[in-house]
Amino acid sequence: MATTHEQHGHDAHAHDDHAHHGPDKGIMRWIKTTNHKDLGTLYLFFSFTMFFIGGIMSLIIRAELFHPGMQFVQPEFFNSMTTMHALVMIFGGVMPGFVGLANWMVPMMIGCSDLALPRVNNWGFWILPFGFAMMLSTLFMEGGGPAGGWTMYPPLMLQTGNAFPFLIFSVHLLGISSITGAINVVVTILNMRTPGMTLLKMPLFVWTWLITAYLLIAVMPVLAGAVTMLLTDKYFGTSFFTAAGGGDPVLFQHVFWFFGHPEVYILILPAFGVVSTIIPTFARKPLFGYDSMVYATAAIGFLSFIVWAHHMFTVGMPLAGELFFMFATMLIAVPTGVKVFNWVATMWRGSMTFETPMLFALGFVFLFTIGGFSGLMLAMTPVDFQYHDTYFVVAHFHYVLVPGAVFSIIAAIYYWIPKWTGRMYNEAAGKLHFWLSAIFINLTFFPQHFVGLAGMQRRVPDYAVQFTDFNEVSTIGAFGFFLSQFIFIFNMLACCYGWFGRKQTAPARVWEGARGLEWTVPSPAPYHTFEDPPQLPASEVTGVHDAEATHH
Amino acid sequence: MSMKGWLARVAAGTAMALTALQAVAYTQTSNGWNMPTGVTEIAHEVHKLHMWVFGVVTIIGILVFGVMIYSIIQHRRSKHPKPADFHESIKVEIAWTIIPFLILVGLAIPAAGTLIKMEDTRNSEMTVKVTGYQWKWQYEYVGEGVSFFSTLSQESNVARQTGSGVDVTKVPNYLVDVDNPLVLPVGKKIRFLITANDVIHAWWVPEFAVKKDAIPGYINEVWTRIEQPGVYRGVCAELCGRDHGFMPIVVRAVPEAEFKAFLDGKKGGKTEVAAAAPGTASDAAPAAAPAPAATEVANAGAKPAAAPAAAKELGQDELMAKGEKVYAANCSACHQASGAGLPPNFPSLHGSKIANGPAEAHIEQILKGKNLMPPFPQLSDEDIAAVATYERQSWGNKGSVVQPSQVAALRK
Repeated sequence: MATTHEQHGHDAHAHDDHAHHGPDKGIMRWIKTTNHKDLGTLYLFFSFTMFFIGGIMSLIIRAELFHPGMQFVQPEFFNSMTTMHALVMIFGGVMPGFVGLANWMVPMMIGCSDLALPRVNNWGFWILPFGFAMMLSTLFMEGGGPAGGWTMYPPLMLQTGNAFPFLIFSVHLLGISSITGAINVVVTILNMRTPGMTLLKMPLFVWTWLITAYLLIAVMPVLAGAVTMLLTDKYFGTSFFTAAGGGDPVLFQHVFWFFGHPEVYILILPAFGVVSTIIPTFARKPLFGYDSMVYATAAIGFLSFIVWAHHMFTVGMPLAGELFFMFATMLIAVPTGVKVFNWVATMWRGSMTFETPMLFALGFVFLFTIGGFSGLMLAMTPVDFQYHDTYFVVAHFHYVLVPGAVFSIIAAIYYWIPKWTGRMYNEAAGKLHFWLSAIFINLTFFPQHFVGLAGMQRRVPDYAVQFTDFNEVSTIGAFGFFLSQFIFIFNMLACCYGWFGRKQTAPARVWEGARGLEWTVPSPAPYHTFEDPPQLPASEVTGVHDAEATHH
Repeated sequence: MSMKGWLARVAAGTAMALTALQAVAYTQTSNGWNMPTGVTEIAHEVHKLHMWVFGVVTIIGILVFGVMIYSIIQHRRSKHPKPADFHESIKVEIAWTIIPFLILVGLAIPAAGTLIKMEDTRNSEMTVKVTGYQWKWQYEYVGEGVSFFSTLSQESNVARQTGSGVDVTKVPNYLVDVDNPLVLPVGKKIRFLITANDVIHAWWVPEFAVKKDAIPGYINEVWTRIEQPGVYRGVCAELCGRDHGFMPIVVRAVPEAEFKAFLDGKKGGKTEVAAAAPGTASDAAPAAAPAPAATEVANAGAKPAAAPAAAKELGQDELMAKGEKVYAANCSACHQASGAGLPPNFPSLHGSKIANGPAEAHIEQILKGKNLMPPFPQLSDEDIAAVATYERQSWGNKGSVVQPSQVAALRK
């Protein structure tokens, strides 16, 4: 490659003397692009915009909960904040964040030039801003945004005003976007690997995304079906979920969680892939138990389809149903445990250094495991009756989603940003960002375990005065965490735009312990990579097996 | 709020935080940061299971995090410059698959045992039907002909309005206090039939380890046997709209004899209920004391449809006085005590067409509801007449007086 391209600047890629088509100029580059790197960048910028918006919503929630009594907002606005916070963070923040990483890294990791369906890729991304514009616009409508919770349970959800059809349509749009992205990932991974890269030589991030993509294809249509039935119940006189017309409100919950539980793993499996990539690099030691990691991921993917009703133990299922869903849910602890043990074994007797990506990956292992422990507690049905719909649950899923999924996205960006931009981030700022994030996230969510156990229910704008102390700590943590993220944003933008005199001096192999095809191309990665399938040297294979090790 | 006021609150809050460990949650057998030990056999078992699984994960956590921290300290490059290159061990991997599985079996067996007991509602000695409404609870003593509504106490309701200016820390049992507590006998196996009238709610009393969704069209069963007299508080646990956080549950558990007296009082007349209430409940005083008028209101809901057709005519003053109380208990959450509502979802009643128009339309709307407004057929003819009169003659409205007979005529 004769040239390198600025990936993030809107104007800094003028010298394209290559015969291949370079990017368009100006804004049209981003609108028309079918390049996986451009689209990955767009996805990531979109994701962090949504993290910001959803973060503001969480601050409104936490500000109101700082003290008992209603200080700032009305209860229905509070409810629409909790509803929208969840929708924005899940569908706008975490999912596009991981799709952005997949866009950038999957082709570079398996040695192909782009995703298999580049135009679909463009379309999949550009649906999102419209979908979210529509969803967020409901906040300004008469009657306010949807306030029935992101789970959209009828009959409550059917009381939503003008916002209702807009919400349903935007959920459909987000679903279409996710499905196109997932199909693209599957087709790319199964068809476009460079010769020699067998399935069991793929980097684990690719594996986790392959399984995630299947989960997406399986469950997003289920969500679409569920919300469509809601729509017809409200406007076309059907009674799928209204008891008065012979329908069943609990049916919605079953259908929703048949989507919702695999969705939880959609949000965390790619995170497992990221952490399984970063820890070996900084431990300077191959991933321990590559095969068992793959099998564990597949097992978790399978189990995710048969545990949905643990979200609804209190609806009054038959005893046999409650027992089945309890046992199946507890079983998930086995493959998840295997993963954690494998990460620890990867670190064991390695030669570790603690650059920012490694710090976030280790923070992930610690804090995600805490979320896993509370998950095991929640799996036990009789005790879940006490935990259900309390702040204990809020603490649990935020532990797996924030220091879990979000930390892994942050770790991945620190890890690959020198590859993407050619510029190294500021390590001191990165470390400061990590420590502030780790401290504040625990301040935010750890006390929520206590208030939940002591009896504070979820989704309330006000609480009995006994819960004041812990809620104050939680609010302080939330504001601290939000503000700390600006250290990260500026650090990354400085890499994108070359602020503070940062030069494009990153070497091809940014981290000495890193393996994988992405490190064989220059930094920043050229606009087009691997137009011819590359050789796959054994030294770049991350999936190391004993059988092969003896052959070499 | 001014910056200064805000800072003062932060300072006060910090002072409170220092006394955190003395804070007691509304669940009196909780220490404020753990699950209550409870007052039923099942609740004790659930608490034990909770501590057991917590102990197990704590030990696993100490082991795993211990190994990680040791590795982070000992296997850093400065101490351990040459990495090992092992990357697989079938034996170790089988071990850490089998051992967690066995631990899970150790957790699942006692959990299944407790669950089976919890679901065994046979041989109950009495039944209470619990119905969730937006945003209150109705309790019916099945077979006794006694039924009443239970709503957030007036004191909490005033204090919790946005910008009320009331110091909620001074409100006794803020948000976990009701006008009419559910009174139950100790030592009896009580079966609850739980359902809802509008959206899904969940009836939760932590001290009993009872939480069950109240779902329209479903009747869920759950049971308890309370060991000791006392006042046990709970909340609605399933998001049910605007005032989800403001429909608490208070159960007053009393000895059998007192319970009998309570039921008899309920059957016989209206005011005995309030008189019977303060008897046992020393710390229930705020719950039971301010009830007389509201009790009467809710009390009348026992068999509203069967209310005598030949209702007597009431004077305007009487209707207005009663109407104000019915309004406070049933309407003010949305339409506000001021009648100004919270537009656009909850319209203002000032000069409203309904309140100034024909009485029939007004009564119909109360009986049948409209859009977000739930129907209120459970109120007696007298209460509906009173509240309609109150709405039609307050805030400058010029509607007619409504008599119970008009309501009775429209019920058919």
